[in-house]
Amino acid sequence: MLNKSLIKIIFICLIATASFFIDSAHCQTEYDYIDINNPFTRKIPIAVPVFKSMSGSEGEKFLSQEASNLLSRSLEFTGYFKIIDRDAYLADPETDIIVSNINFKNWTGIGAELLITGSLFLKDNVIEMELRLYDTFKGSLIVGKRYKGVVNNQRKMIHRFCGEIIYKLTGNRGIFDSRIAFVSTTSGNKNIYLCEFDGHNSEQLTYDKSITLSPAWSSDAKWIAYTSYSKGKPDLYIKNLKDKHGAVVAKKGINISPAWVPGKFQLAATLSFSGDQEIYLLTGKGEIVKNLTNNWGIDVSPTFSPDGNKMAFVSSRSGSPQIYIMDLDSGQVKRLTFQGTYNTCPSWSPRGDKIAYSGMGNGQGNIYTIDVEGEFPALQLTHNSGNNESPTWSPDGSLIAFSSTREGPSRVYVMTAYGTDQRRLLALPGEQTDPEWSPGVIDN
Amino acid sequence: MKKKLWICVALLLVIPGLLFVTSCAKKVVKVDTTQEDEAAKLAAEKARQEEIARQLDRQRAIDEENLQKEAASREIIAARNLFMNENIYFDFDMSNLKPESQEVLKRKAEWLRNNPGESIIVEGHCDERGTNEYNLALGDRRAQSAKNFLIDLGIAESRLTTISYGEERPADPRQNEDAWSKNRRDQFVIE
Repeated sequence: MLNKSLIKIIFICLIATASFFIDSAHCQTEYDYIDINNPFTRKIPIAVPVFKSMSGSEGEKFLSQEASNLLSRSLEFTGYFKIIDRDAYLADPETDIIVSNINFKNWTGIGAELLITGSLFLKDNVIEMELRLYDTFKGSLIVGKRYKGVVNNQRKMIHRFCGEIIYKLTGNRGIFDSRIAFVSTTSGNKNIYLCEFDGHNSEQLTYDKSITLSPAWSSDAKWIAYTSYSKGKPDLYIKNLKDKHGAVVAKKGINISPAWVPGKFQLAATLSFSGDQEIYLLTGKGEIVKNLTNNWGIDVSPTFSPDGNKMAFVSSRSGSPQIYIMDLDSGQVKRLTFQGTYNTCPSWSPRGDKIAYSGMGNGQGNIYTIDVEGEFPALQLTHNSGNNESPTWSPDGSLIAFSSTREGPSRVYVMTAYGTDQRRLLALPGEQTDPEWSPGVIDN
Repeated sequence: MKKKLWICVALLLVIPGLLFVTSCAKKVVKVDTTQEDEAAKLAAEKARQEEIARQLDRQRAIDEENLQKEAASREIIAARNLFMNENIYFDFDMSNLKPESQEVLKRKAEWLRNNPGESIIVEGHCDERGTNEYNLALGDRRAQSAKNFLIDLGIAESRLTTISYGEERPADPRQNEDAWSKNRRDQFVIE
């Protein structure tokens, strides 16, 4: 707790010192670096030389190396960039990264379209970094920032700059402040864990000695709802991440599959106290507002459109599990998926245009995306790689995390929204399932 | 002198008389006691035998009773175990009761009628295929199917609780149809 509030204070200082001193007029210009409609077909070649160490001390050199490597890895994680191998560099970063000295031909010559230069100064456990992103062909600065903070916050500073880069290139802040909640059996029981967007710094959130499932973030990222058997049956827990307080919905039958309404302290969940599995709208305190579904058969796994006007969910009303979309004003429901006989785990894209889901055929689940109008056939993103479930979108809609048994035990993987760059997010002892990506901005 | 003579005569008369008397008396007494001992012995023996027989009878009766009790309790335990161990099974993605499952449930209803003090939990389970949340709902539906059938057979709803475990508690962890068919089940737990 102390550590967290300390970080927060330092972080605020850090934002304050991140000055806009070197923003050029060009920054407002539209750059067509990334084609938002199909951004992963061609990766942008980018060079990230090791940051210049200002005093040249060993500690500083080590941190420069670490910071520039982290910047490379974090940019690569987005799927937008191809990091050019440092062995290929023609320029000597020690002398050539000072603004006036940059010979952009040295960078265009090796195919780099973008260049990041950095300098790092370490004094009394405090780092000062100046980081700049250039367009090598135009020879112009796209964004430059200065950061100052304690050594422990180097990761945050680098991710802050990554956010600036992605914002300049896509108009979206990206994923660098986001976290991922997931279920892991590391403790011997299924419990909820949290990690950063890139799988780093995982921490255990729940300590139940039973079964804990289905974490769901509120849109302000201050609350997590989940299902736990800690009282012997599947009940719904609504927990504030800061003070760990909250509510429990423990009606008879099941109390499962929570999803928060965007921008509201309300959530939908499946309850079966009536004898039938229906989706209800609940307040953040766990009180029922109303029925959202009222239909024979299973209704489960709600997910809301970003504007909160529509809800996709799974229903067995047609005889097999399929994904449906309900207009919340009119109550009208239309079926979205017609391919295959088992389509579950819908997740509405933060951009609003697509729904990711898990479709099962031949005993194996694969991740698909489908446009919300259902006009085009679904796009299959995973192929012949074990069982793939629980897709969840990154807050900018560029990536999808999911669980897969492709390496045997279930683990969390990440890929671009088009299915490219599939890689494991993290590996803890035991099995990991149910990833749930947080909203973009976490201020608690 | 004359006195001495009398004494001698008297002694002569008395001593054999005494001898006679004692020998006679001895003989009579001896006969009487022997007869009485025998009778007592016999009686005692008889009583002892009878007592043993009675004890044996009692023991036999107790044994018999115990055996009956044991048999009865064995039957009760067997019935109870059968109730606990006999699962019902479902087809993939299905929660309707097969005819053989209905027969099993009829036996369970009978046991519940014979044991009116008992309450039970119906646990609904799924195989690992399919996804977690949907399987939790499907397991709930499977448990509800059995519960509703038992209610239709006259069992009070208050004695029946359901829990869905979805795919979280497989009976057989292997990944083949043999295991999956064992995992798509309702289990019955006596509270």
